[in-house]
Amino acid sequence: MEYFLILSAIMMFAGIFGFLTRRSTLAILLSIELMLNATDINFAVFNRFMWNASGAHEGYFFSLFSIAISAAESAIAIAIMINIYRHLKDISIDKLQKMKW
Amino acid sequence: MDSFNIMFIVLAVIIASCSVLTVVSRSIMRSATYLFFTLLGTAGLYFLMGYTFLGAVQVMVYAGGIIVLYVFAILLTRGTQDKLSENTKNKIVMSALLSLVGLGIFVYIILKQNFMELLSQPGNLALTAPDESVMTMSQIGQNMLSSAEGGYILPFEAVSVLLLACIVGSLLIARKR
Repeated sequence: MEYFLILSAIMMFAGIFGFLTRRSTLAILLSIELMLNATDINFAVFNRFMWNASGAHEGYFFSLFSIAISAAESAIAIAIMINIYRHLKDISIDKLQKMKW
Repeated sequence: MDSFNIMFIVLAVIIASCSVLTVVSRSIMRSATYLFFTLLGTAGLYFLMGYTFLGAVQVMVYAGGIIVLYVFAILLTRGTQDKLSENTKNKIVMSALLSLVGLGIFVYIILKQNFMELLSQPGNLALTAPDESVMTMSQIGQNMLSSAEGGYILPFEAVSVLLLACIVGSLLIARKR
């Protein structure tokens, strides 16, 4: 079980590193997906290894709903990116200073 | 060294290397591909734990839906030249240091906990081969649509409304004027 948790910690901090260093907003979204995925693994692992015997399934359903919500989130974010690109022709975060145009 | 451990080690190597490569590779197309393999490896972990439905959902939603959406968005915005080197060296070093220190603290805390005592309860560590008896399909369905204790009908409905709002919202945002 420890090894599952260490694996998801590696994934989480890879996501944080990418979030801090990347320039393009799409790459930042990819890092966010990595972090969300690491939390999903943690939910499932804790449920499977510690509460499987007592018949509790909260972690399982949490990761199921988390997957659905992250799908919705990335769809909205990509729609916003396409809209920004249509207006500004660039999606890197240095150039992105206007909120309204 | 049974087959469970061998499978876990293979999946762990795939996930760890691909998730690091996702954040350090130069081209954003490549990092999307590495993310795809990371997500498939995660689905493999779910299968290994016996959560077959969760693994199938992971493959369908993440690997099949989200990655395709990202590839479309990357190609539409032509953001293929993501320059990691535009950053100052200082910032990259600081971020790497922060991530490594955080990872070290996490690993230390995880290893300090004595999970093995909890795991010694009967039924918790029956992890030999992937079987779906830990969470059957009918169990999932009954939990998902019951309003009794341990039922998830309210979040289920909330997620369906959220997905509808998401479809409408993304069409509204990305439409041509």
